[in-house]
Amino acid sequence: MIGAVAVLAQSAVDDFTSNFWLSLLIKTVAVLGFFLVVPLVVGYMEHKVLAHMQARLGPMEAGVFHGWAQLVADGVKFIQKEDVVPAAADRSVFSLAPAVAMIPYIVTLVVLPLGASVWALDLDVGVFFVLAMSSVGVLGVLMAGWSSANKFSLIGALRAAAQLIAYELPLVLATAAVVMQAASMSLVDISEAQWQYWFVLTQPIGFVIFMIAAVAELTRPPFDMPVADSEIIFGAYTEYTGLKFAFFLLAEYGGIVVMSGVAAVLYLGGYQPLRGLEMIPGPLWMMGKIFALSFVIIWLRATFPRLREDQLQRFAWIGLTPLALLQILVVAVVKVAVK
Amino acid sequence: MADTQIQRGWGQGLLKGLSVTLRTMLRPAVTVQYPHVKPTLPARTRGVIALKEANCTVCYKCARECPDWCIYIDAHKEAHEPASGGRARSAKILDRFAIDYSLCMYCGICVEVCPFDALFWSPEFEYAEYDITEMIHERERLEEWTYTVLPPPALEDGAEPPEDSKAEVAS
Repeated sequence: MIGAVAVLAQSAVDDFTSNFWLSLLIKTVAVLGFFLVVPLVVGYMEHKVLAHMQARLGPMEAGVFHGWAQLVADGVKFIQKEDVVPAAADRSVFSLAPAVAMIPYIVTLVVLPLGASVWALDLDVGVFFVLAMSSVGVLGVLMAGWSSANKFSLIGALRAAAQLIAYELPLVLATAAVVMQAASMSLVDISEAQWQYWFVLTQPIGFVIFMIAAVAELTRPPFDMPVADSEIIFGAYTEYTGLKFAFFLLAEYGGIVVMSGVAAVLYLGGYQPLRGLEMIPGPLWMMGKIFALSFVIIWLRATFPRLREDQLQRFAWIGLTPLALLQILVVAVVKVAVK
Repeated sequence: MADTQIQRGWGQGLLKGLSVTLRTMLRPAVTVQYPHVKPTLPARTRGVIALKEANCTVCYKCARECPDWCIYIDAHKEAHEPASGGRARSAKILDRFAIDYSLCMYCGICVEVCPFDALFWSPEFEYAEYDITEMIHERERLEEWTYTVLPPPALEDGAEPPEDSKAEVAS
């Protein structure tokens, strides 16, 4: 459905290519709509998958059919809540933080190709842009933690920052290996480069590293020490209520969608279909891959307990980073040898 | 001791965990959608205590044994002359029998001590009220609960037959 909407938006854009402002408007609306719908679908999927993995049913009442409207109801609830700002908080920073956490993921969606001609912007430095933007999100978490005037928030924010620094490196290195193989940093070109075979076949280690680092960067379990509700309440989000808290949650689920989308483009061929299944349109393939990877991220949450802070750092610096470097080395050697 | 430890390759435990959660997801959930689907409760569920008034001899044992004194019994004595003559016989007549479920802790001692099987456990549990005073169930309401008492579960194969065949459920 989202794919169809995007296709419609794209065809409309084609009709009005001469009109820059109209195409800008349509693209903006399409990206915003994508950001407001798909993360909610992933959130609903998390409710349901997590519940069934614990032999429960999950939401069943809201919206009559299997609780499909649960997150809509949650959103309405968040709007009704009182917007509490702690007395000691730095008010302006405190209010700005949710936006800083959320907007980078919206912006990232702009360069994510959904189909062979369905994207808002084909940036030459797409991968670089995505990685840079996804790092800005943690700034919002840091702002939230610092301005809350709460020790749990501060601990959570600093943990988030430390985690980002530790896992950004393997993430970037794994991505670099893909960029080397595709010989382009544009997400569209990388998708096109996989018309023959998906890069997950040539770089399985890189794929695993990317997914682990992505889960860590999103501070999702088993790498959720920055929020760790059983130790530090909810980390940087402890003092947040109502819509501001909802924005942080939306940023988290938007982040899952973005990271799944980027992983799908880098390793699973993006909108490229499997051989023999070309009749299914590209946007459907892309959405299917996004949801499949989101499912894996939820699956990890249902299965693994939280790591300790020092285990997390050890794992990143001693485990993932050397492996990612090895992956780059292998790609480089093969690339030169084949040439 | 050492051989009880299962040797595993690196990461095998992680994969095992993933397979457990995936298999659980593919099995049907155990949740019962309670307000829509009534639970099937076993015969000895401690839901509410029913009073079969015809069996009650007003011996006060239940009221005295009750740890939190939630059973109220009022009675008076009536003497009546036997038609055949002789001294007058007195009988206790029950005036009030009530259980205050806002005090009851569902220990079941009253059911245990009742010498004439006037009290029974019923699995019914939906008797919440908006006013705490409504939680006192008078004798009429306690009598109503007897219609919901389940027959006791069948004995196991080879078990001794019950000593007291009078322990039959009023129904």
